Amino acid sequence: MFSLKKNSTLIKGLSLVIVFLLPICIKSAMGEVFSPESFNLKNGLKVVVVEDHRAPVVTHMVWYKVGSADEPVGQSGIAHFLEHLMFKGTKRFKPGEASKIISKNGGNENAFTSFDYTAFYQTVAPDKLELVMDIEADRMQNLQLEEKDVIAERDVVLEERRTRTDNSDAALFREQIAAAMYLNYPYRIPIIGWADEIRALTKEMALKFYERWYSPNNAILIVAGAVDPGEVRRLATKYYGTIPAKNLISRNRVEEPPQIAARRLTMESKQVGQASWSRRYSAPSYRYGETKHAFALQVLNEIIGGGTTSRLYQSLVVDKSLAVAAGSWYRAESIGPSVFGFYASPQEGVSMERLEKGIDREIRQVLKDGVTKGEVRAAKTRLQRTAIFVKDSVTAPARIIGSALASGRSVHDIEDWPDKIAKVSKDDVIAAAEWVFRITRSVTATLLPTSVTQRKPKNL
Amino acid sequence: MMLKSKEIVALNVIMCLCFIFVPRASAFEIKEVTSTTGINAWLVEDHKNPLITMQFVMKGGSSADPKNKGGLAYLVSGLLDEGAGDMDSKSFQTFLEKNSISLSFSTRMDTFSGTLTTLTETKEEAFKSLALALTVPRFDEDPITRVKSQILASLRASKENPNKIAGRLWWQLAFPNHAYGRSKKGSASSIKNITREDMRQFVKRTFTKDNITISVVGDITPEELSNVLDDVFSDLPESFLGEKIRDGVIKNQGQTVIIEREIPQSVVIFGGNGIKRGDPDWYAVSILFEILSGGFGSRLTEEIREKRGLTYGVSAYPLPLEKAGIIVGSVSTVNNRVAESIRLIKDIWQKFGDDGPTLEEMRNAKDYINGSFALRFTNSKSIAGVLNAVQRFDLGVDYLKSRSELINSVTLRELKRVAKRLFEANALTFAIVGQPKNVISTMRAPVIE
Repeated sequence: MFSLKKNSTLIKGLSLVIVFLLPICIKSAMGEVFSPESFNLKNGLKVVVVEDHRAPVVTHMVWYKVGSADEPVGQSGIAHFLEHLMFKGTKRFKPGEASKIISKNGGNENAFTSFDYTAFYQTVAPDKLELVMDIEADRMQNLQLEEKDVIAERDVVLEERRTRTDNSDAALFREQIAAAMYLNYPYRIPIIGWADEIRALTKEMALKFYERWYSPNNAILIVAGAVDPGEVRRLATKYYGTIPAKNLISRNRVEEPPQIAARRLTMESKQVGQASWSRRYSAPSYRYGETKHAFALQVLNEIIGGGTTSRLYQSLVVDKSLAVAAGSWYRAESIGPSVFGFYASPQEGVSMERLEKGIDREIRQVLKDGVTKGEVRAAKTRLQRTAIFVKDSVTAPARIIGSALASGRSVHDIEDWPDKIAKVSKDDVIAAAEWVFRITRSVTATLLPTSVTQRKPKNL
Repeated sequence: MMLKSKEIVALNVIMCLCFIFVPRASAFEIKEVTSTTGINAWLVEDHKNPLITMQFVMKGGSSADPKNKGGLAYLVSGLLDEGAGDMDSKSFQTFLEKNSISLSFSTRMDTFSGTLTTLTETKEEAFKSLALALTVPRFDEDPITRVKSQILASLRASKENPNKIAGRLWWQLAFPNHAYGRSKKGSASSIKNITREDMRQFVKRTFTKDNITISVVGDITPEELSNVLDDVFSDLPESFLGEKIRDGVIKNQGQTVIIEREIPQSVVIFGGNGIKRGDPDWYAVSILFEILSGGFGSRLTEEIREKRGLTYGVSAYPLPLEKAGIIVGSVSTVNNRVAESIRLIKDIWQKFGDDGPTLEEMRNAKDYINGSFALRFTNSKSIAGVLNAVQRFDLGVDYLKSRSELINSVTLRELKRVAKRLFEANALTFAIVGQPKNVISTMRAPVIE
């Protein structure tokens, strides 16, 4: 089986701009998931320790509760730009010097920015934990930037934008879709920023953003791996405990107004050899809108489009041969409004209209006939088992905990996930579907090869 | 940070004479398990998480595809989980999904491999499904048609992708008349030529006892694994009968070829002759590439990205194929500055060849390579991958322990000698897609397959 993956454009490189497409909802069958230990330092830094002694490795992550959705108007990309600049030196270390020290000590490091958070991490041997804490704590308070490094790095970010987005019509189209999806909420703006606004970013803007958001009381420290929580507490107190807290201004997110009109986007491209179709419905997250549906939507996603035995894949790809790929996605972990999405790619000779009708039929069927108890039970089991797979990795639990805490949820919420999924009933799933699948709150997007419609005059 | 060059690693053990790898703190044992019918596997037991991962690798990847049936191995990799034994595609997929079994197959140029991940509670179902997939795959009409159409769609989807075009261009330039120059997915016409019988023959000739290396990590004992090995693999034929391919020699060295596309950033793939994994200079090459291209602080990243902001990522690494040693690299830069990136790569390359690294660079690189070794053991799949590579490259029982010694014993003198042997800027072949300013093609672009 092959599945044509939709818009996953993660490129491995420094400073990932990560947009998780997978549900970050990963738990064991009942009971505790990661059993982390957590405590707060006096300056407000939250510390979470996940012990895992299978390999002599430690992942050390600092998450700041600030992302691209917290940027000042007109400065799109500043959160991500600052993430890059965090490697450009402090009062103590020259630009790149800390990276060289980490590398010489056998460590790997990286960072990423999302809508709701910015995170920095190192993976090292346990006896190097103190070293990376020292370095990370230093740049939490002592960033020092040279103009020439800022300018060169801005060019790097512009090249990053070209690599990820400007060189790809499909990626450019995704930006247009996001801007249509949200009328007002800042998720409409790309994490990496609009090109013209990136060009106008300055050292002063970056430092102002840093001064405002980078502080222990706006951060979460996560240490996962072969460590002793007592030792982590001692080291964290020593290195992070001395950093003064700041007076924080709360994250002032705007509201998304009611969406009352279905939107439709079409783009043609010479670069596109295979047409693709998607629809996004505005959906609640754990934190925004009708949050009570967030768990049922995960079960619904699993049933309708979560894999090769899902309704969509079986119907469109296997039985009717309308599509070469079809599925759905949903992510509950976000501060703002989320999306329940569908995607499909037509078989050769199948029109986009026919494809869309096929998917609409499946959506309507859920609304009309609901789902079965058996489907709900199987989906819940599969979801709950994913926790065991996630615990196989040292770094994955740290990422899941970090993104949840940085999005305003608690360790308890994460540990409680299996129970919450267990409680989802057939009626909950149907109620969630009825709430979300409303065409007036959707964007339908079609990306076509130019050749299909090339005889139509342009610029009508 | 750039991807670290995939250097090959290892562990080894003989049944009951377990080799114990102790990187700094924790330790784990690698046991060699031999089943009653003589199937071998390397095992790292770990009962802390109820999960088992098995990886197996076979020689006979896409480079062994018959010329007019390019894409055969890849197609098989997409069809093995589409029905086997008395289960058709849908029952097989449902069986896997119901039991949360992850079973996937993949193809590279020289190898065909598979990975099975299962919860302990569903291990019997998992090993059963694997045995069926390997020994009695069905290759039914419907899934063949469907999977072929999916591959054709993915070929159409990537046909105008600049990164894909640049990659294809480089490989076609380097290996115009060799299997390595062909795409592993095949072409629209070659895929149509592939029959059900081709796939059955591929499986029969490739999936053989003398052609498989197996590694297992997780919640299973050696005794249990021994039985599993018999159940899953003992019905395979004895001897490999797949295609043998000839040595590859890189062509079109020193050429620069542009394919014009209207995109703002030029995508550049470059490369040339490298060395094979068995070459005694391999460890020197690993150190050299760490210095040249190992992320932050490396020469390429420092000069091209950090100082000048010319790219988001520049990298180069050795790719030790079975029939050719290769070096490949890439950079992407806005069209009107890409000439500068290319000039810098050539300058850095040539200077590195002429002068070699400094003593400090050598020390730092060795520290990183040895110190970061343990970071490869952070999940079952990655551990299984290491175990498998060591078996495949026959690196020996004590490789894990001796590896740091192999790295440390390389001298600066040797590095300089090997750098001279390897780094010659004029021999690099550049494949470029975009509208690069002030760069000219030295020959016509081949038709991209």
